[in-house]
Amino acid sequence: MERRIGVYVCHCGLNIAATVDPKEVAESAASLNGVVLARDYMFMCSDPGQELILKDIKEHKLDRVVVAACSPLMHEHTFRRVCREAGINPYFLEIANIREHCSWVHDDGATEKAKELVRAAVMKAYYDEPLETSEVAINPNTLVVGGGIAGIQAALDIADAGYKVYLVEREPSIGGHMIQLDKTFPTLDCSACILTPKMSDVGSHPNIDLLSYSEVEEVSGSIGEFRVKVRRKARYVDENKCTGCGLCMDECRLKGRITSEFDLGLGMRSAIYTPFAQAVPNKPVIDPEHCLMLKTGKCGKEGPKCVEVCGPEAIDFEQKDTYLELDVGSIILATGYDQQDPSAVPQYGYGKFDNVISGLEFERLSNAAGPTEGQIMLKNGQTPESVAIIHCVGSRDKNFHEYCSRVCCMYALKFAHLIREKTNAEVYQMYIDMRCFGEGYEEFYERLSTEDGIMFIRGKASQVTDRAQTEEEKGKLTVCVEDTLLGKFIRVPVDMVILCDALEPRADTEEMAKVFSIGRRADGFFMERHVKLDPISTLNDGIFIAGCCEGPKDIPDTVAQAKAAASEVLSLLARGSVEIEPIVASVDEEVCIGCGLCEKMCVYGALSLAEPEGVMTVNEALCKGCGACSGICPSGAMSLSHFTYRQILGQVEAFSSY
Amino acid sequence: MEVANPLSEVSEAIIEAGGEALKSCYQCGLCTASCPWNLVRSFLTRRLIHESQIGLLDLGSEEVWLCATCGACVERCPRGVEIIDIFKALRGIGTQWGVTPKTVKIAMGGILTSGNPWQEEREKRADWAKDLDIKAFTQGTELLYYPCCTPAYDRRARRIALATVDILKKAGVDFGILGPEENCCGESARKLGEEDIFQSLAKGNIDAFKRHEVKRVLVSSPHCYHTFKNEYPDLGGDFEVVHITQFLMELIEDGRIKPEKPFPKKVTYHDPCYLGRHNKVYEEPRKVLESIPELELIELPDSREEAVCCGGGGGRIWMETKKEERFSDLRIEQALEVGAEVLAICCPYCMLNFDDSLLNMGKEDVLEIKDISELVNEVI
Repeated sequence: MERRIGVYVCHCGLNIAATVDPKEVAESAASLNGVVLARDYMFMCSDPGQELILKDIKEHKLDRVVVAACSPLMHEHTFRRVCREAGINPYFLEIANIREHCSWVHDDGATEKAKELVRAAVMKAYYDEPLETSEVAINPNTLVVGGGIAGIQAALDIADAGYKVYLVEREPSIGGHMIQLDKTFPTLDCSACILTPKMSDVGSHPNIDLLSYSEVEEVSGSIGEFRVKVRRKARYVDENKCTGCGLCMDECRLKGRITSEFDLGLGMRSAIYTPFAQAVPNKPVIDPEHCLMLKTGKCGKEGPKCVEVCGPEAIDFEQKDTYLELDVGSIILATGYDQQDPSAVPQYGYGKFDNVISGLEFERLSNAAGPTEGQIMLKNGQTPESVAIIHCVGSRDKNFHEYCSRVCCMYALKFAHLIREKTNAEVYQMYIDMRCFGEGYEEFYERLSTEDGIMFIRGKASQVTDRAQTEEEKGKLTVCVEDTLLGKFIRVPVDMVILCDALEPRADTEEMAKVFSIGRRADGFFMERHVKLDPISTLNDGIFIAGCCEGPKDIPDTVAQAKAAASEVLSLLARGSVEIEPIVASVDEEVCIGCGLCEKMCVYGALSLAEPEGVMTVNEALCKGCGACSGICPSGAMSLSHFTYRQILGQVEAFSSY
Repeated sequence: MEVANPLSEVSEAIIEAGGEALKSCYQCGLCTASCPWNLVRSFLTRRLIHESQIGLLDLGSEEVWLCATCGACVERCPRGVEIIDIFKALRGIGTQWGVTPKTVKIAMGGILTSGNPWQEEREKRADWAKDLDIKAFTQGTELLYYPCCTPAYDRRARRIALATVDILKKAGVDFGILGPEENCCGESARKLGEEDIFQSLAKGNIDAFKRHEVKRVLVSSPHCYHTFKNEYPDLGGDFEVVHITQFLMELIEDGRIKPEKPFPKKVTYHDPCYLGRHNKVYEEPRKVLESIPELELIELPDSREEAVCCGGGGGRIWMETKKEERFSDLRIEQALEVGAEVLAICCPYCMLNFDDSLLNMGKEDVLEIKDISELVNEVI
């Protein structure tokens, strides 16, 4: 086999050249079998660098190209484009990663290793085969999962551009955590006031199909042609008939007797309910755990009052869960976060002391539409005279979550402001570092620092106790802390303690990651494709993430990410189709014995046994080219294009021949 | 004016001596606020760590020797800083500089010459067992009972070893002792920065255990338990270690002993730091106590992970603690506060400290200090 291979060794400034001698690497490559020219150049990725390859391919009739430079994640597509422009198959390009895998991690011997990496890449290129990409049309419909501020914003942006969106929300209403908040930092505008207009827009948008009280159960297919199975949970209320008058909720025999999830147990609701007044859709659901009819088949002597008062006869106790199959081209996950249960940090006494509350509970207390109509009060109804706010509860803590939850410093400042506005209580902020980095945040910190009655104590509290040591501490909760700026251990008696508990991944994140075939980071949140340069995409093409499912963030960042996710989707829709990488598995039907091992290994569900012959078949649309099947195949029937046995063994041979 | 410049040489020396952990500290002060010293006097753990970080530390300061290695700070530290390692390193350097407290020097001298910190003769190590007809451990004996230097030599703590032996006999356990062949386990020596002494003690014990083919060791002290279980394996120790409270639980569950006689008293239990926080053994001692008929077990206000140290760990047992600064006094107060008649313990150091406090406070008529082995021995 005659080959005409060109080798290009990049200096990458000093990134490579500081430890690797590119000239020496090029010289060594020049003598390899099939190599007709080998050059080194300062920046291969620059325009002149690309030109150089283009010109060489034409002038020297090169049929394979090896670029020894940075990771293929950076510039593989650049040089494939150059090959295509020069008229050779783009899969005749090989990258030898002599930066991340070599120059950055070695001092001595880096040049020798670079030579070997190049030798292996040349061998691979020698055996490379031409591959053709295929095109997939993008279905114009989009699925958005999660109806918090992120999902709402992304859905509206896509719908406003004229495309259909299915918005799936697990709860009876959209709104997410944001609708539970009182005021929002640093501008102190009312959370509901700025969110409800967007919620109503979603509810009435002709391009948005709002599937509330629904969950995604299965996802199959790939970019451009996903198929999604959605379970619509039985509402026991016919959404089409219900007018949202609310009479049923008022008449329910259990009115005011069931703790409200929305108010975190601080308020009560009926068995038929909407979680809050401005719910979208404004259609109640019946809670089967409590509803007397659903539980016992009986409701009072005269039968269920909700049925009696419902003019349009919307109540339907016979309703069952239903399933919907949706075809969509792309998916945005905006599934949000969970608030860590503060009782996981036992030393602060949450669950033990009545007046130790979580941050979100404070939001409900302070909210005019909340259970106390916005009055900040202790469990006994009295107004607190002093409040401690403990920062970093479960965040920045290796025992729980190592990351910073990013919003607590700012909402703690906001709490202090609200407390001072509504009560005369003294407020103590027990913080480690104040992190006030967003627009207007530092200014808000300064404003709060100058307000009366707010004291900052730099130190992480060790415990909250009700065991008084002094007269002042009697009947109070005492927070023990070192004021690290004073260098003094102090005890601070207060009436109320607010814990800034961590934002953590949803309890079902792992399950969801499986359903959508995307990865998770070590901290548990969904993993982005690249932390800096591709923060919205996931490793599953066509699936994007926005908001707190990708990690804790504030409202401005969440909205920005949601808009970015919408723009990713719209860019796909504008193109109309995508190129699909031809790197997929294939079966040699002559050799396959149908043992099924590879099917078990395939996490994408791309393999299935074709009966009755008992030979494996590959669904190329699902195959991600990971190679697990060809690795496990005992007979060698499974192979992965662009990583065939011959190509891989060629590389191994190149290493071992050294 | 005196000018302070950071001294990287000092911080490097601390790091080299094993204090690497100090680098992770972000100065939140949780350690200070968790430290029992701040119940009796000011002691800023956090500041000491920062002084170590920048090398501006007074190695001759008394503070270097205060830490009782109770682990309350380590338990909660958000950065997972092994604060005890920092103190070990500081003390190691302090020892090189010759600033070790005098009483520590005496105890370490005793260990060097006769394998125990009580300046007693090695040959007298088994004197406590003289008339008890206990066999010397020989190859094939099921269990080695290792009483710890304190019950072996200290007259007050001896009652722990006596009760234990009584129980073992009643249960028909095949056990023996090594007597003068034993060394101190070395826990305190190591925490006092005397790494070389620790290594030689450990080597002596490991060799003796190997020579006699010891498979299982029963200990009375959580300090021996911790050292044998967590530190000896790195040095070649290969044997199972069981604390007396775990062993009692085992004997009760197997029906080899039966707590039958009623003990109609209010008993509270003090978690020793090296059994609780350091080894997470919280349940067995409580279960053993609960198995005693008519015994009413009440919890101290600070228990389990939150338990307040008696003050005897980390070599503090060999140092003088001012009368008004003893944690054990606070613990006795807590026991009295919950109305206990007996304070149950299971560590020889706790016994010494609580016995002292009880006498000093004049509360010996209202509260008794009893090792769990004593309690069990009374009811079977």
